[in-house]
Amino acid sequence: MSAEVDTRNPETVTIEIDGQSIDAPKGAPIIAVADEHGIDIPRFCYHSKLSAPANCRMCLVDVEMNGRPAPKPLPACITTVADGMVVRTTSERALKAQRGVMEFLLINHPLDCPICDQGGECELQDLALGYGRSVSRFVERKRVVKDENLGPLIATEMTRCIHCTRCVRFLDEVAGTSELGAMFRGEHTEIGTLVGDSVHSELSGNIIDLCPVGALTSRPYRFTARAWEMLSHPGVAPHDCMGANIDLHQVRGTVKRVVPRDNEAVNECWISDRDRFSYEGVYSAERLLSPQIRQDGEWHSVDWQTAIEATANALRDLVDRHGGEALGGLVSPSATLEEMYLSARILRALGSDNIDTRLRRGDFRDGVARDGFPGLQTPIAELETLDAALIVGGYPRHEQPLINHRLRKAQRRGGQVMAINPRAFDWNLTLTPEHVVGAADMPRALALVLRAAAGVKGVDEPEGLDAWIGSTQPDAASQAMADALCGAGQGAVLLGGLADAHPAGAELRYLAGQLAALCGVTFNELTNGANTAGGWLAGALPGRRADGETTEGLTAAGMLEAPRRGYMLLGAEPEHDFHNGARVSKALAEAEQVIALAAYDSPALRAHADILLPIATLAETAGTFVNAEGRWQTFAGVGQPQGDARPAWRLLRVLANVLELEGFDYQAPDEIHAEVRAVAGEAGVATSAAVVGPLDGAAPDLLRVGYPAMFGVDPLSRHAASLQASEHADPARVALNPADAERLGVADGEAARVMQEGSEARLTVAVTDALPAGSVWIAAGVEGSAGLGALIGEVGIEPAGEHA
Amino acid sequence: MSSAGNDITGGLSQAEQAEIDQWLTRFPDNPAGRQSAVIPALHVVQHHCGGWLPRERMDAVADYLDMAPARVYEVATFYGMFDVKRMGRHKVNICTNISCMLRGADDIVEHVEKKLGISLGDTTADGRITLKREEECLAACAGAPMMLVDEEYYTDLTPDKIDRILDDLE
Repeated sequence: MSAEVDTRNPETVTIEIDGQSIDAPKGAPIIAVADEHGIDIPRFCYHSKLSAPANCRMCLVDVEMNGRPAPKPLPACITTVADGMVVRTTSERALKAQRGVMEFLLINHPLDCPICDQGGECELQDLALGYGRSVSRFVERKRVVKDENLGPLIATEMTRCIHCTRCVRFLDEVAGTSELGAMFRGEHTEIGTLVGDSVHSELSGNIIDLCPVGALTSRPYRFTARAWEMLSHPGVAPHDCMGANIDLHQVRGTVKRVVPRDNEAVNECWISDRDRFSYEGVYSAERLLSPQIRQDGEWHSVDWQTAIEATANALRDLVDRHGGEALGGLVSPSATLEEMYLSARILRALGSDNIDTRLRRGDFRDGVARDGFPGLQTPIAELETLDAALIVGGYPRHEQPLINHRLRKAQRRGGQVMAINPRAFDWNLTLTPEHVVGAADMPRALALVLRAAAGVKGVDEPEGLDAWIGSTQPDAASQAMADALCGAGQGAVLLGGLADAHPAGAELRYLAGQLAALCGVTFNELTNGANTAGGWLAGALPGRRADGETTEGLTAAGMLEAPRRGYMLLGAEPEHDFHNGARVSKALAEAEQVIALAAYDSPALRAHADILLPIATLAETAGTFVNAEGRWQTFAGVGQPQGDARPAWRLLRVLANVLELEGFDYQAPDEIHAEVRAVAGEAGVATSAAVVGPLDGAAPDLLRVGYPAMFGVDPLSRHAASLQASEHADPARVALNPADAERLGVADGEAARVMQEGSEARLTVAVTDALPAGSVWIAAGVEGSAGLGALIGEVGIEPAGEHA
Repeated sequence: MSSAGNDITGGLSQAEQAEIDQWLTRFPDNPAGRQSAVIPALHVVQHHCGGWLPRERMDAVADYLDMAPARVYEVATFYGMFDVKRMGRHKVNICTNISCMLRGADDIVEHVEKKLGISLGDTTADGRITLKREEECLAACAGAPMMLVDEEYYTDLTPDKIDRILDDLE
């Protein structure tokens, strides 16, 4: 019913559109060629990223071949160009056809644009101006369609739907969830789920942009502004290592909505729901609005001067008494490059190299790479042309939704996507194979693939592989993965968040690096947060300064194992944003001074911090994120921060001035940016990982495996009301295998007591085959699991009983 | 027609699978070919399921033919011969298309509506008969006016003949 046309055909044909002679790729649809040359053909159903069903008929044009006109106007979206074709988009016949289609489209469409949220940016409204009649000839009753509830993000007004089916095709072809369909027939056609199942895709918000009319609109934004009163500012999404390009639409400094900004090299024309709706978090009632100081156990709201002086005094006092080493800095991996750079410089000026942005990392044995930042050797845009991709410990569908989209495209083009994971996930692409092993067995599983690959290539396997797998020979799954990687023209090994959080993560990185090198494929890390690469470049790491000098500081884990007297937190919430929330809480509780630069107030910060400094968040500050492929993406502030909050870079600069540190005279973030650029220069992506051997000791009997849920990755998304109302933010549950459930005496739907390193939670049990025996999945970043221990680490589970 | 519609379960019975497999042999052996069997498969399932298609059974068809459930719902709602809501024990479809209309179908409809005390699209209170709103020609114009009761054709209808047919329905 629909055709996907390759417009990259190198063969060209010569056609004429509206008198203009054009060389066009053979096989391209007329409308795509016209678009490229600025010739506007009206359309509703056609979208360059989707298949063309030719069902709206708005793009009818006059076509002539070899002097013979086609008997009827033809749809430009599905008629492909041919040598000598003459196209007239505005001939009398074409215009008559287009006007006729428009009249039919308007028959059932309400003519009440002033009360429609789409008014002013409606494709139907725009085209009706050009092609519609000023007075309708239709006097019969218009049809009315009952609305369906599509969840907390998308509002529906299906009476306005003109059945272009862009939303249906998007969910089918791009999101891969096929949740909507064109139900019923003819005049009774309704776009919906039929069964009232709502839309769950992580990319669902894009159907709001795709909808040419006001049938699908943004539920949080709805009726809060008009398109023409908003100003648009370019921004960068702050939630994952892709750094999707966004436009922030604001009225008088208040962000009303976020929409994608086209960038074919990064996010194409899409953004994930997390990127689209997280702006609501900016206006959360839980924002920290003024500096707070704890004195004699009481919190006091103070002015900035008092707060900065108190902070400077506290730092000076701590350093005077215990030395700089007593201080540790824990910086969110989603802080800006400028914030990371200033934090690192201040801490180092105070005599401490203890600074880290790798807050969720579980294993630091491989130290800090010297040759480049962790990231993607294969650029984002090239992920979709991979012949083979092996994901190790990751679920990009929720961690980096649009990277997952690129991998899905690769698979649809015939590429093979594989995964080694500690659990089965709900993928929207077919993994061949999805190799699920217990988390503790992941290094061994990867070592087996490496051994198999060495066999395929007929080379010696890297030394020391025996330490993991002795003389075990690869099983069929390992062999299949090795075959695919070795045989790939373009291949990639991608390490995800679970590999980062893995207690043997350094082994996974080492083995994956070896595997990539051996197979001749790229080595890639899908890093945590928006700016892990920036952390490396800015020198916000214990082992590296921005200028590349090696330093010796404590890692994020090291600072907790050997607790510091004082901590500075930037943009990270102790109970959610760390590998081991229980250990962070303990270390912060025992510290003398905890200074938290935070956008949000929280009981956990109030319990542990001594000084709270409110910082700006999305749209309130300027800065730079460096994405995983090394793209430096700078953005400006859009509005004033809420309350007395200040951009963190400015606050750090003032703090440095009060501390009388040298060289902090920046007037604007671009000066800081330029300075980092000058010292960190043209560094690229790290190509390998350090050599490590297997950990000693037996794996624990029961292992908690967890990673932040899609909308629980950072403070901003955790405070975005509509995201939190979706089922992706449901409270944490204890998911485990039926055999484990029986052994532990817990049952599906019942409560269980979860114990991890002195922390405890009472969670509902979900029995599932997705987990191998001995592993228990407890998501982080959601209600119920805050403050638990290691993301991947030992756990105790028992029935909660009546009194728990 | 069986009356299995009361206890709806997911999955397909072995008999249903066997019947669908028969149909599958007539289509190309590839994913698109498999999906082409959706119409006969829905007929099979509807036949075994009290004359309508509960969601669970459509999902089972989707699963069996490797289709997204929404694609199956589209087919099931597109065609008048499939019903996605619970029907009466018998479905009466009176053709009102051109040939039957010229031969008095409108009078037939009026007669049946009066007799059953319901309008087109409704089900009798005892759940015995659903009078379907038939939209398209049933291709038995030579015997117009005609109707389809469940899976059987009745032609050359007169009020008397209809009374007998309807009274015989359990």
